[in-house]
Amino acid sequence: MDQKLEELKLLKPGTYFMMGNIACAEAALIAGCEFYAGYPITPSNEIAEHMSRRMPELGRHFIQMEDEIASAVAILGASAAGVKAMTATSGPGFSLMMESIGLAAMLELPCVIVDVQRAGPSTGIPTFVGQGDVMQARWGSHGDYELVAYAPSSVQEFFDLTIEAFNTSELLRIPVIVLADEVVGHMYGKLVVPEYSKINIVNRKKYTGPREKYLPYSCETLVPPFVAAGDGYRIHMTGLTHDERGYPSLEIDDSRKLIERLVMKVRKNAKNLWKYESYFMDDADVVVITFGVTARSSLEAVKRARAEGIKAGMLKLLTIWPFPEDPVRIAGEYAKRILVAEINMGQLIHPVKEVVRCPVVGINYPVGYAPPPEYILDGIRASV
Amino acid sequence: MSQQVEKFFNGVRDIPLEDYFTPGHRLCAGCGPAIAMKLIMKAIKMPTIVVNATGCVEVSTSMFPYVSWRVPWVHVAFENAAAVASGIVEALKILNRKRGKQMHDVIAIAGDGGTFDIGLQALSGALERNHKMLFICYDNEAYMNTGVQRSGATPTGAATTTSPAGKIIPGKQERKKDLIGIVVAHKIPYAATASISHPIDLMNKVRKALNIDGATLIHVLTPCTLGWRYPPSQTVKIARLAVETGYFPIYEVEDGRVKINIRLSKFKPIEEFIKIQGRFKHLLQPENERILDYLKKQIEENWSRLLKLEETGIRI
Repeated sequence: MDQKLEELKLLKPGTYFMMGNIACAEAALIAGCEFYAGYPITPSNEIAEHMSRRMPELGRHFIQMEDEIASAVAILGASAAGVKAMTATSGPGFSLMMESIGLAAMLELPCVIVDVQRAGPSTGIPTFVGQGDVMQARWGSHGDYELVAYAPSSVQEFFDLTIEAFNTSELLRIPVIVLADEVVGHMYGKLVVPEYSKINIVNRKKYTGPREKYLPYSCETLVPPFVAAGDGYRIHMTGLTHDERGYPSLEIDDSRKLIERLVMKVRKNAKNLWKYESYFMDDADVVVITFGVTARSSLEAVKRARAEGIKAGMLKLLTIWPFPEDPVRIAGEYAKRILVAEINMGQLIHPVKEVVRCPVVGINYPVGYAPPPEYILDGIRASV
Repeated sequence: MSQQVEKFFNGVRDIPLEDYFTPGHRLCAGCGPAIAMKLIMKAIKMPTIVVNATGCVEVSTSMFPYVSWRVPWVHVAFENAAAVASGIVEALKILNRKRGKQMHDVIAIAGDGGTFDIGLQALSGALERNHKMLFICYDNEAYMNTGVQRSGATPTGAATTTSPAGKIIPGKQERKKDLIGIVVAHKIPYAATASISHPIDLMNKVRKALNIDGATLIHVLTPCTLGWRYPPSQTVKIARLAVETGYFPIYEVEDGRVKINIRLSKFKPIEEFIKIQGRFKHLLQPENERILDYLKKQIEENWSRLLKLEETGIRI
């Protein structure tokens, strides 16, 4: 479709009152997502349902797959063919996608996977909130790889971070996970869509050099330029450990070069990927580190603690993986105590403990609801 | 005349008063699957174990204190009812040997999503191993539990939330999978279709399947008031129209041989079935005539295929 014509059908710049899941779908369309494959699961259904209407309108493609394994691999197929693709799911479906996430990392195929977290484990409470997929998002697939995970806490952030997720996945040729949660997915809130010219859209770097010099997994740079099937170059993709040509290899050198590159392309870019927001951090003795919907009640708790004379602050992480070590470390140098608030029995607390020296205490609320501010306030009070 | 299924229940008078699927659950008023469950559980022999995949029946019948099941019941994930049932069947063999007692019957229940789509791999494995179990697919032709998304069982042209009927695409574009065809290709001893509008036929099939030593499957059509969009009072009427219009033929395949159980001398027009359902209402507009024609042709072809298979007695 003509680009101008297409722009007419995207969500127009302006201010909206919108559901988080719908904002995510609209963001993906603006980011240039041309293919969506998904499977029904609560509480992420609105994304698929919205895409099933919007994609045909824009001349793009939506398909419903037979399960989440197929959904995850279908978007890899689309990505291998050179198209921006995404899927959305929740807990049980996310578990089924794990093998494919490792495959995406290995084949270096950009893709976006939205996980609208619900209460788990297993079927859990499909219609209630959870934040139990933090570690799974990072470590769920076997072997060594790195990926990026963003965690929105509002409709606006869900929109912004979905676009960011596409950009990061294109930039680094990695799977990027948007770790939303049921409350953020189903909440209605204010959304401001900026002028399109102000939205940064990244497209994967393409190889255009001579055929004989083309190495699909070249180690010259951390992120090799991409070639799609049909571009005129030889393509051979495999989940087996491969050399720079893409062919399976058992050589120590090939294996080391590949695995180091898969990991280092995220680690070396980590500082650029960290996104976080600080609240009342200038003189904070107690710092609440949190993300997603929990950040909303934490902020209220911190404000109330301030009113009581407690020097409390909050660090909201928008990037969960790679873990924003520097801001957390700095927070730990000035604070007397760090609290990690999350809707699980303690997951994000582990990387926090890795980087700070002051005492770290978890505020855990694994019950399927967002914690009320009083619950976090009690944790803050108990820590002083 | 129609060939009746082997008779364990001759009529309503034979239906036992005992309920193993009790009222008070949270399924919708006019829920097709609820009727199917009630009838199926009236046809069982005790003791029986029920394995339930994720779906409407699972979430709505298992909340304490409104639990409907008076038999041992296990909910598994969405994709693996048949695999869990396989494990139970094997465990029962060990337990029966130790106890020297009669085996339980094992019934696996899944919706169309848990059978046609995500559950197909586990089902295929269980059928290949020919475990002695009855697999019930209650087919309401979409993912009703998560909000009416299309499935591999949704018929062509039906509008769902992920195959909405709009200006560009008039409802689902793909065909409905032939479940019995898939299942029979595994060479299992018994597979059948049934409808909640023909309760005695359904119950006889359940009892017959449970008496067979091997893997069996019954595909039950269960209209959904919410997803098909019709008044809750019309559920059984719509199920009957599905049979009388030829949309859903009632037949069984025993050792590969087809037997049509409800034979139609005259088909009611498919429009009668379609016009009372919201999911199909766009099909009656002139621009969608080709989809309607396609559905009619499918029905005709399917019937002539079944008749020919029955007549020749060829094993499929």
